[in-house]
Amino acid sequence: MATVDIRAVTKAYGSTPVIHGVDIDIHDGEFVVLVGPSGCGKSTLLRMIAGLENISGGEIRIGNRVVNEVPPKERDIAMVFQNYALYPHMTVGANMGFSLKLRKAPKAEIDARVNRAAGILGLSHLLDRFPRQLSGGQRQRVAMGRAIVRDPQVFLFDEPLSNLDAKLRVQMRTEIKELHQRLKTTTVYVTHDQIEAMTMADKIVVMHDGVVEQIGAPLDLYDQPANQFVAGFIGSPSMNFIKGKVQVNGTAAFVTPSGAKFPLDRVPEGAVGKDAIYGLRPEHVRIDPQGVPVEIVVVEPTGSEILAIVRVGEQEIACLFRERLSLAPGETIHISPQPGMTHLFDAVSGQRL
Amino acid sequence: MTSTHSASSSPSRAGAAMTDSSHAPGADTGAAKRAKTSGLTDDSAGMSYLDSLPRRLITVMLPLLVFVFVLLFPFYWMAITAIKPNYQLTDYANYSPLWVVGPTLDHIKYLLFETTYPYWLWNTLYVSFAATAISLVASVFAAYAIERLRFKGSRWVGLGIFLAYLVPPSILFIPLALMVFKLGIYDSKLALIFTYPTFLVPFSTWLLMGYFRSIPYELEECALVDGASRWQILIKVLLPLSIPGLISAGIFSFTLSWNEFIYALTFIQSSENKTVPVGVLTELVRSDVYEWGSLMAGALIGSLPVVILYSFFVDYYVSSMTGAVKE
Ligand SMILES: Nc1ncnc2c1ncn2[C@@H]1O[C@H](COP(=O)(O)OP(=O)(O)OP(=O)(O)O)[C@@H](O)[C@H]1O
Ligand SMILES: [Mg+2]
Repeated sequence: MATVDIRAVTKAYGSTPVIHGVDIDIHDGEFVVLVGPSGCGKSTLLRMIAGLENISGGEIRIGNRVVNEVPPKERDIAMVFQNYALYPHMTVGANMGFSLKLRKAPKAEIDARVNRAAGILGLSHLLDRFPRQLSGGQRQRVAMGRAIVRDPQVFLFDEPLSNLDAKLRVQMRTEIKELHQRLKTTTVYVTHDQIEAMTMADKIVVMHDGVVEQIGAPLDLYDQPANQFVAGFIGSPSMNFIKGKVQVNGTAAFVTPSGAKFPLDRVPEGAVGKDAIYGLRPEHVRIDPQGVPVEIVVVEPTGSEILAIVRVGEQEIACLFRERLSLAPGETIHISPQPGMTHLFDAVSGQRL
Repeated sequence: MTSTHSASSSPSRAGAAMTDSSHAPGADTGAAKRAKTSGLTDDSAGMSYLDSLPRRLITVMLPLLVFVFVLLFPFYWMAITAIKPNYQLTDYANYSPLWVVGPTLDHIKYLLFETTYPYWLWNTLYVSFAATAISLVASVFAAYAIERLRFKGSRWVGLGIFLAYLVPPSILFIPLALMVFKLGIYDSKLALIFTYPTFLVPFSTWLLMGYFRSIPYELEECALVDGASRWQILIKVLLPLSIPGLISAGIFSFTLSWNEFIYALTFIQSSENKTVPVGVLTELVRSDVYEWGSLMAGALIGSLPVVILYSFFVDYYVSSMTGAVKE
């Protein structure tokens, strides 16, 4: 187990920069999820930690050792690849014991550790099979087994669940989480799925276009997104962004171009009179006779909840109601945000106000 | 080759046309009946044209027979000539050219005990194995370096190797002869063992490059993280996965060496150092006297090892031509 410190790390492929100065502190035993849209540089960063990509600038430390020039095999890390990368010509047992065998560990020790890992992951009866004889979920587990057999300082996962079907993904998510609670090994986990990030992480790093947008605990990101990108990325369905201005006529309110007035929790300094973006999560909208009148456009009931798209002037807002309301398109309803659950962003920079 | 193709493809086309008119209606109603009785049969209907026996005879068996006949006839000819008494060889008026009356082992005896044929066989085997082994080792390294180490200019090296393969041996043998003389290995097996790789290495390298390319790069990265060195990756991950590729490169190299003619003709002088293709042609044809029986016996026996080799590895060979590692 070890800390991982990423300091001002940059990466360029040829003359194309893809990572522009990233700083992340990963504590001992922490489960950190790197999340972001496709192409934002998550895999690149992970591969730099693994030593599969060289580091163009900055510094990566594992434990107290700068590993910039250290080859992967000496970094004491284990990595699980998206396509599992199981060796097709080796049995499950041999796959799991391969790294120990390379280290010339005694046979008895290899067997003991492979058996232990297989026991943890429920693979004991599959040790003699070849990877092609396994299901996707089993392969995934073997890939994980291969990592835990080594008892490394750091686990690196690159979208390990993206090849599984939705149900299995949820199950494996829990399993990985349990495994982490049991082994307490520092873990860096890459995904583009924000739900995975929210459910698994101790700490989420949201990346976008090669920069870190925000680092924080899942609920902090949800409650206090630092900017519009994070606000839109975390949470599902994603946050509504309403254009308008902050005005103070008696009480402070956010006024849309069509004249609808949304209440503000607080009035940030210097925001008055300026264009801004009002952020409101669908699940934080409630029916309120005193609220803003809106016209219903689409109603999508899912059983447990109802998603309604409503229109305010030219802008559409998604609302999620947990109650069984009878809503019909064309109707007008009145809505208001739950107090304390609104966000305000700068219209130009997208930063939280 | 071309004659083989045209001979085998035209009857099959004729066969297909015939079946269209004569058997299609029956098959159609059969399929329709089955479709009526259960709604689930239609994915097998696509292959049901192979169901009826007469149909299969014409569309599958007949073309296959023609093909096999065209391929095997030369061997048959070789075999019967090898055991034909001399007086029957050219006497088509009294003896059928396709059959033997009173077969004899004289030619074979002559070949084995009165010529240096056993030496030739041994030489060919020795040279082919050695040249194949050297070429395979060199090609594995070359292909791995070009394909996976991606050093500066690796593409150009790859291209250069390919171009080297295109230089015909009939041009290359002149400079090679010079080197062979200077090295003092003229008229020895070494002369061939060292010159055959000039065409075997480029060929095998290209074949293996394609094969290595088909192995997912992630496997290698995974091995790197697992703690393997480049050498270990090559030996423990890449090569075991490339066995079909290695085998086909090996078979090709072996066959090419086995049949090689120009270098063997020019670099070898003494009778007991010759290889089979050269020996048979230079020692069994004396000015205008052709020892047909022994010639054919020599050719037949000389082609056996390659046939055996192919039949052993045919599965690997096919799989390496049709695809590579699937996870
Ligand atoms: N070998 C390479 N050469 C040039 N550019 C590359 C190379 N590998 C990745 N990139 C670029 O670097 C950027 C980051 O890629 P990366 O693979 O890290 O994305 P990612 O965040 O993992 O995305 P995904 O979720 O799709 O896996 C992309 O814009 C990609 O085009
Ligand atoms: Mg990626």
